[in-house]
Amino acid sequence: MADDSELVARLQAGDEQAFVILVDLYHAPLLRLASTFVPSRAVAEEVVQDTWLGVVRGIERFEGRSSLKTWLFRIVVNRARTAGVRERRETPSDRADLSTFAEPAVAPERFNSAGGWSSPPTPWADDAEERIVARQTAQKVARHLALLPDRQRQVVVMRDFEGLPAVEVCALLGISEANQRVLLHRGRSRLRTMLERELGRG
Amino acid sequence: MSRRATKDAVMCRQAVELVTDYLEGALTADQRARFEAHLAGCPHCSEYLREMRVTIAAVGRVAPESLSAAARDDLVALYRRWREG
Repeated sequence: MADDSELVARLQAGDEQAFVILVDLYHAPLLRLASTFVPSRAVAEEVVQDTWLGVVRGIERFEGRSSLKTWLFRIVVNRARTAGVRERRETPSDRADLSTFAEPAVAPERFNSAGGWSSPPTPWADDAEERIVARQTAQKVARHLALLPDRQRQVVVMRDFEGLPAVEVCALLGISEANQRVLLHRGRSRLRTMLERELGRG
Repeated sequence: MSRRATKDAVMCRQAVELVTDYLEGALTADQRARFEAHLAGCPHCSEYLREMRVTIAAVGRVAPESLSAAARDDLVALYRRWREG
């Protein structure tokens, strides 16, 4: 955040090197986020390119009321949404993602009739730290992340990968805090199940 | 355990659905107390909570893609055009 103002001043002055810094920092995250709204990588790339044009044109008016990152994310989400509608990717999963009883965190058959575990989680958390750092595991997590339904992926990426606060994610996606938590919960729960399959011994 | 406590107790099946609200600080004081009471007596749900924390950490460790030199050059070329245009 502290670095933002210097970078913004340089961008506003038309400093090409500052633009390169910004691109290095944010091109990949913007692409990842755009991909969750549109049907193909090619469209996502167009969206992000269009976002950079928006940044170059709009940086004059950036007043630092939000972080630069949030501002960029807002531009890309707006553009990706428009492109998503144009490409007719009105996601049916938007509704499915939030339907109330659609998705328990853990498969119901793993509990007994009293609601206690009949098939408890295989312990792996304690020694997972090392393995998670391993490149192979990171790649698996990335692959599983890509398999989440769009809305869940958007929320998990913004919260747990980009580290945005809940309130910013709600504003970016135009969803309530309660819905944001539902999506986060379902996304994280799915990822945990996937990791359990990958890492759990038993 | 009294009958009342049994009735109000959080079961494992509910506990796993409360994990995110718990981590997000979105439970009421009462819900939180009951959730924590359940954890205290349930090693499986404690393990489950640890696994959720590790899962969150794992997402944070996914390596960001790096931008190819070619893609960066393209953007810089566009930047020059935009600045002129």
